Amino acid sequence: MAISFTLNGKSQTVNVSPEMPLLWVLRDTLNLTGTKFGCGMALCGACTVHINGEATRSCVTPVSQVAGKRVTTIEGLSKDNSHPVQRAWIEEDVPQCGYCQSGQIMSAVALLAKKPRPTDADIDDAMSGNICRCGTYQRIRKAIHRAATMSKDATKQATKSAA
Amino acid sequence: MAKALTLDRREFLKTGAAGGAALVIGFYLPVDGTAQEQQQEKPTPNPFNAWVHITPDDKVTLILAKSEMGQGVMTSLPMILADELEVDWKKVRIEQAPTNPKIYEHGTGGSSSVPESWLPLRRAGAAAREMLIDAAAQQWTVNRDTCRAEKGAVIHGVRKKILRYGELVDAASKLPVPNFNTVPLKNADSFTIVGHDQHRVDTPSKTNGTAIFGIDARPAGLLYAVIARSPVFGGRVAKLDAAKAKAVPGVREVLEIPGTAGQSPFVEAGVAVVADSSWAAMEGRRALEVTWEEGPHANESSEWLRKQFVELASKPGKVYRNDGDADAALTSASKKIEAVYELPFQAHACMEPMNCTVHIREKDAEAWVPTQGPEWALDIIAGVSKLPKEAVTVHTTLMGGGFGRRYQGDFITEAAQVAKGIGKPVMVLWTREDDLQHCFYRPASYHRLWGALDAGGKLAAWKHFQSSTSIGAVWEKDGKEKPEKGEFGTAAFIPYQAGAFRLEYALGECGVPRAWWRSVEHSSSGFVVESFIDELAAAAGADPVEFRLHLMGDARKIANFESPTGDPLDTSRLKGVLQLATSKAAWGKPLPKGTGRGVAAYFSFNSYTSAVAEVVVKNGEVRVQRIVYAADVGRPVNPAGVRAQLESAAVYALTAILKGAITIDRGRVEQSNFHDYEMLRINEAPQVEVHIVDSKEKPTGIGEPGVPVIAPAVCNAIFAATGKRLRRLPIRSEDLA
Repeated sequence: MAISFTLNGKSQTVNVSPEMPLLWVLRDTLNLTGTKFGCGMALCGACTVHINGEATRSCVTPVSQVAGKRVTTIEGLSKDNSHPVQRAWIEEDVPQCGYCQSGQIMSAVALLAKKPRPTDADIDDAMSGNICRCGTYQRIRKAIHRAATMSKDATKQATKSAA
Repeated sequence: MAKALTLDRREFLKTGAAGGAALVIGFYLPVDGTAQEQQQEKPTPNPFNAWVHITPDDKVTLILAKSEMGQGVMTSLPMILADELEVDWKKVRIEQAPTNPKIYEHGTGGSSSVPESWLPLRRAGAAAREMLIDAAAQQWTVNRDTCRAEKGAVIHGVRKKILRYGELVDAASKLPVPNFNTVPLKNADSFTIVGHDQHRVDTPSKTNGTAIFGIDARPAGLLYAVIARSPVFGGRVAKLDAAKAKAVPGVREVLEIPGTAGQSPFVEAGVAVVADSSWAAMEGRRALEVTWEEGPHANESSEWLRKQFVELASKPGKVYRNDGDADAALTSASKKIEAVYELPFQAHACMEPMNCTVHIREKDAEAWVPTQGPEWALDIIAGVSKLPKEAVTVHTTLMGGGFGRRYQGDFITEAAQVAKGIGKPVMVLWTREDDLQHCFYRPASYHRLWGALDAGGKLAAWKHFQSSTSIGAVWEKDGKEKPEKGEFGTAAFIPYQAGAFRLEYALGECGVPRAWWRSVEHSSSGFVVESFIDELAAAAGADPVEFRLHLMGDARKIANFESPTGDPLDTSRLKGVLQLATSKAAWGKPLPKGTGRGVAAYFSFNSYTSAVAEVVVKNGEVRVQRIVYAADVGRPVNPAGVRAQLESAAVYALTAILKGAITIDRGRVEQSNFHDYEMLRINEAPQVEVHIVDSKEKPTGIGEPGVPVIAPAVCNAIFAATGKRLRRLPIRSEDLA
């Protein structure tokens, strides 16, 4: 069945079973491997993408549900690591193994779009769905605060153009 | 077929073979162990082939021959090369070495990469530098002593003549390679890259989705497979009906995987479903109809195992170490205490589930493997494909965590078997359920400790009985006779002076697979030793820090009882980290009611770590607010990396004590995903501070030493806050009520 949606700003059509989770469409059908598989049950956050700007776990989202919508993956945030969240992540050397970080970043971008100056409690709420086995949590927190202090407009602009 | 990676080899890696001055890069360790007897020196490779590639326009590529799993070797090891070589660190590229056991020692584990690579990489970098200087001197027909290397160029006189490395490399690489034992090394105090904080080289690719992990391998024509494995350890397929599975759209084949019947590499029997997408393979597996013959372990459970432990602990065990007469000292002691400690199985739970991609062709084979043991991967694939090793190419990818799990051969063997059956490139992909239920777990253990204090407040006796589901019983050649080998860590040579010391062991038998989990035996021994010494301090009415310092005694070096090639435990260095951590944590400064501080200090992997934990206990819940670490790793290569590793170890260790355990029932793991095997998340993560001892000793590792001190520091803090001793992990609310 043909399902069409906007992916990182471009039209995309796939011919797959409508129940196939978006995660596998991205990774296997479209070879966009930046979005990761961690649990398959929306418990770990590694598969986080944006659907119409909302942070969503793609492992439990059947692809039929994104028909006609805007999907943004980690690959769509910027061409060159210039998104403020990416820049903050690099400045703070957040990743260790790095496997969870696409999901962490997508959740952080969605948080900052809603709350440009999040409190620690806001960060707890928005980011608790993303597991990091390497324990980079305190750097994630620091990087989110750092990204928040970068130009508010830059974050909003970058997020908008990626969507 | 590949043979077992024995504990000899692991022990060899842990204790750092690189200490010897005669070592050349990439000496060969045969996969079937007995490394110390069979070690042969490999011929010295030309550093311009093996370690350093420089283009005529000065693009420098440095080769990494260890597996990057988050611990930072992709940055720290090339730093060593770059500094000796004299190139601009900001401009280098890093490339993973091809798997070639003739040149490299790829195995990554045991916190050994930095200590093992320190001298070999310095020698390789220095040799390349000297060859470049020689090439310049020859070109200028000057005495080489008038030339020096600096930031990618050779300079003669007072900047009168300069030749870039790119201009020299062609000639330099053809010169004789200097003797690695005598090639001049830079003065380590003058390093400009090593010893200074450096950003990780892999951060940019890990923030934009371009980093390729094993699970991201996409050779053309790739198929995907998932395997239904016997849910009971050691079971077999009794009956298989694959009709419905084969009917699922996208499914190509269904194959039986025989398993390795309780032998290394411990592959469980199962059924592989091969499909054109990961999802189709998973759907196909859901449609499989398999009946399992459960096998001999079907009645095992955590309860059953605990009964075994309790029974074994009620009588003396096999004596492992005996100094003086501990029983007599205990009988006549004026003050004595006793305690029982229990630790459960734990899983690695790497964020990237296990996977391996293999393509076996008629004359050669290729694999993409997130592995800590590339040589073993190569041997396995050669064995299964019956191809010569030279015909097998193993690409070592990045991995989403390793922690010891990716040092196994099971997931590689399965993939090779499926690939052989299919003749196309295939990725065997594990789901999270597969990963948690078919792990090689940190052993469960049960410890009885007895301690006696004399009238002067010193230790008259320390007696320790341990029963555990030992790793050695499974992996060691003489495992049946000596299951206790490798189970004690520093519990076998504690830094605290005791009038008498006795260590006994009894094996807890079970079918649960177990192997090396971050910090291995030290994850249990650290908890036991540093909790019991804390209990003794309380019994003596002494401050926990003062008591430890007092019992460590005068500066001395204690032989490593567990490893003849390990460094001795230097009590002055252990005191150093204990004092540094406690002073930075403001030990002794009053805390509000319900808050407590606890401390632990421990020697593991030749490194010294100490942690102070600050906890709040309220309404039966514990909140760890802050961890203050001190670490002595000798000369730190990348201090920023050392800090990151300790931040990591704190969260890893806290998860194991606060969150969950792996439990067994009816011969199978009860947990299946992150809802019942929970992970610490950002809202519960403590603040972690790290202080690194400024040392000029040889570098030692830090991937694992942060783990053993966390459980005891936290439980000692809970005692300080509440007066309750927690001796059984993980911590439960009822323990705190």
